[in-house]
Amino acid sequence: MMRLTRRYRFCASHRLNSADLTEDQNRELYGKCNNPHGHGHDYAVDITVAGTVDEETGLLLRLQDLDSLIGESILREFDHRNLNQDVAEFSGLVPTSENLARVIENRLKEKWPSHFSAGSPVLEKVSLHETKRNRFELRT
Amino acid sequence: MLITRRVEFSASHVCSLPTLSEAENWALYGPAANPHGHGHNYVLEVSLKGEPDAVTGMVFDLKRLKEILNQTVVEPMDHRFLNAEVAPFDRVVPTAENLAREIWNRLQPYFAAGSARLSNVRLFETEDVFVDYAGGAAE
Repeated sequence: MMRLTRRYRFCASHRLNSADLTEDQNRELYGKCNNPHGHGHDYAVDITVAGTVDEETGLLLRLQDLDSLIGESILREFDHRNLNQDVAEFSGLVPTSENLARVIENRLKEKWPSHFSAGSPVLEKVSLHETKRNRFELRT
Repeated sequence: MLITRRVEFSASHVCSLPTLSEAENWALYGPAANPHGHGHNYVLEVSLKGEPDAVTGMVFDLKRLKEILNQTVVEPMDHRFLNAEVAPFDRVVPTAENLAREIWNRLQPYFAAGSARLSNVRLFETEDVFVDYAGGAAE
């Protein structure tokens, strides 16, 4: 089994505020992240794929294929955007990094079959860094 | 317990297959197919698995691990053109995947016996791309 991990970066703003909580409760729960004007991060997301190496090419996968999938399904829609306003999933979902990692996973899983044929590597892990101090990992 | 040692080496390579045209190689390997070559500052992390020895308190002597890594990987590969100077890359494409497997195969004999076993080889080609190889049949 070979695994390959590639890091992608995007910059986005968000505001953490739950419609199910009062104004005071939101301020108490999310603290500075509840600032009504929002705030932003330089996110990094590490995508890990696993599978077998093609004996002829020596490749687990063509990096360009992964780049184009991440580019069109994640970076193009997330980079330099306001997650709450610009990303459909967050119209009714708080854009915590836990939820953001899950949204990334869902988007990749949905598009995976159209980018990679059967027998190709599988998506194994999504690891989202909100800052250099916070990391959120999902084994898919 | 896992113990990991990191070493670095800088090397150049070309990723292309002689059976393919330049355009086909470019489509497969991207800019890595440039026939003039290009280079990376590779970072290698080698992990060993075992239990600390009751007397020494060590899983494996890290000084010895450093010597093994220098002898099998760093000295033969550092500041070399992999395709021309490091076998088997005169006939095997030096992708990160193949390089990780070659490093695994070179290290494996040192840990075939004894309590510390080779657990994982992680090779960073750049800060943003790395491969992990932990051995395995038919690969």
